Amino acid sequence: MKKRQASPLGRIFMILVYLFLYAPIFVLIVFSFNSSKSRSVWTGFTFKWYTELFQDSSILSSLGTTLLVSVLSALIATLVGTIAAVGFFNMKKRWSTPLLSVNNIPVMNADIVTGVSLCLAFVAAGSFLKFKLGFGTLLIAHITFNIPYVILSVMPKLQQMDKHLVDAAQDLGCTWSQAFVKVIMPEIMPGIVNGAIIAFTMSVDDFVISYFTAGSKVQTLAMNIYSMTRKRISPKINAVSTLLFLVVMILLIIVNIRESRQNAEAERKKLKAASEP
Amino acid sequence: MKKIIALLLALSMIAVLSACGGSKTESKGEVNVYNWGEYIDEDIFDDFEKQTGIKVNYSTYESNETLYSILKTGGSSYDVIIPSDYMISRLISEDMLEKINFDNVPNFSLIDPAYKNLEYDPSGEYSVPYTWGTVGLIYNGDVVQEDVTSWSIMFDPQYAGQILMFDNSRDAMGIALKYLGYNQNTTDEAQLREAFDLLVQQKSILQAYVMDQIFDKMESGEAAIAPYYAGDYLVMVENNPSLKYVLPEEGSNLFVDAMCIPKGAENKENAEAFINFMCDTDIALANSEVTGYAPAGTEAMKIFSEDLDEDLYPVINPDKDVLANCDVFTNLPQETLDLYDSLWVDLKS
Repeated sequence: MKKRQASPLGRIFMILVYLFLYAPIFVLIVFSFNSSKSRSVWTGFTFKWYTELFQDSSILSSLGTTLLVSVLSALIATLVGTIAAVGFFNMKKRWSTPLLSVNNIPVMNADIVTGVSLCLAFVAAGSFLKFKLGFGTLLIAHITFNIPYVILSVMPKLQQMDKHLVDAAQDLGCTWSQAFVKVIMPEIMPGIVNGAIIAFTMSVDDFVISYFTAGSKVQTLAMNIYSMTRKRISPKINAVSTLLFLVVMILLIIVNIRESRQNAEAERKKLKAASEP
Repeated sequence: MKKIIALLLALSMIAVLSACGGSKTESKGEVNVYNWGEYIDEDIFDDFEKQTGIKVNYSTYESNETLYSILKTGGSSYDVIIPSDYMISRLISEDMLEKINFDNVPNFSLIDPAYKNLEYDPSGEYSVPYTWGTVGLIYNGDVVQEDVTSWSIMFDPQYAGQILMFDNSRDAMGIALKYLGYNQNTTDEAQLREAFDLLVQQKSILQAYVMDQIFDKMESGEAAIAPYYAGDYLVMVENNPSLKYVLPEEGSNLFVDAMCIPKGAENKENAEAFINFMCDTDIALANSEVTGYAPAGTEAMKIFSEDLDEDLYPVINPDKDVLANCDVFTNLPQETLDLYDSLWVDLKS
């Protein structure tokens, strides 16, 4: 197969797309090193916003809340979502199809509706069970909106899997749970990992739902940034965004390298199997 | 593998349980403070904790209206909030504030009497002033050569395309009302419509309706005329020395942000201790140095303005005669608020 050469027009188009995607981030990173608070006048290079960032208790504590709630909710949602996906997969189609559609509703629903309804539910339950909005409700809200994404990314992997594999494992003496861990899990692992990463990034991104469910004691980074808009967003936010961007980029690079290695491995195995008589 | 899963399950259960437990238990030694973003020196929390042993939980909002809706929704408990004047009068009228026990706030005596018992809290039982300031006219001396004393340059076609305006109805209408010589709290529909007509005319020569982008547009010289808060001018002039500030002779808006305790606060005494701490001259000074807004304490204000450059002094400490022309926003009746909303929608569309 001959590789198709991209036309000059196509290349310009691609460059433009990447420019639109990355130019704002580039500007953000550049201005995190600007020595004045201005977002338009360059006044000199400095690291001071980074040192100030690590002394700013409110940004750091909101960053801590964001990371903690994202990691916990991603872990729990991945666990629950994977189990739910396996459950759906083993159901009769008549049942699983409508249930999966219901699962999709929160994904398509506007965040604000999810946020307000969760908030009202928590406030109502709270007056009954005597609890206030806080980290607990924030975490439950995040798990709630993360679960559908995990299910959506695990389901296709289950459907791609050869169903007879499980039967074969059980025929060979595995109990169902052994078969799940030894056969199903490795098969759907890429879906689980993807689901966890999507859930994590959704959590870090979220503003609206957190805003309605966090209560008076905790605040996520997104909420903190939003509340600065009357005065002016401090360059410390550029600094923390730059660091977050770098972390996410490194994470993605690692995931990509792992994936391409695994693909190459799989390819080699396939070739080997084909070449053997 | 099974063990790992079991472990993960157990860990996540513990996390969920402890998280829920954490939000349920209400230890006595804390105070929940809800303030504007970037409106305090956060280092003072440590001092407060050292002095009193009370831990500060701090969170922030970006507008009075957000604060109001969060309080109305319920489900969360705040002990100290710092709304602006007109929002305080609204909260008082809706019985959403707790009376402050001034026996626990001895430092209240340090507050300048000029900011006590203002129109928004006539009995002075509900609020302790935090900072105050004026809305003034900021302009670029390189572009505007004339001697500016009035709001008139905001409406001068000579500067078409260089003028910025507040992107919120109350402040924008407030400027138009003042320019016409009316009170900013007027409920007279004819006056409001006249101000609205002025804003409609102005729209054609405006560059944009903005809020915090004013900083960047004025500093970079993209725009030459804009109204904004006096405290923020101090920040802008550092980056662009050609910027000038004037408090127009017609008068303007005088705002006071004050500390209040919302109804149902769980740590009322801690809240009073915090409010008392904030009135302390050194603490008020530390806050004002970070935020740029003038402190409400007499002594703190004196030191704060002495530290300023001579030409910046009148910005923060305006002439008493001009100050007398300024209005403090009070809460408007619902029908006037509705009129504001509908006029604003007409203007922006």
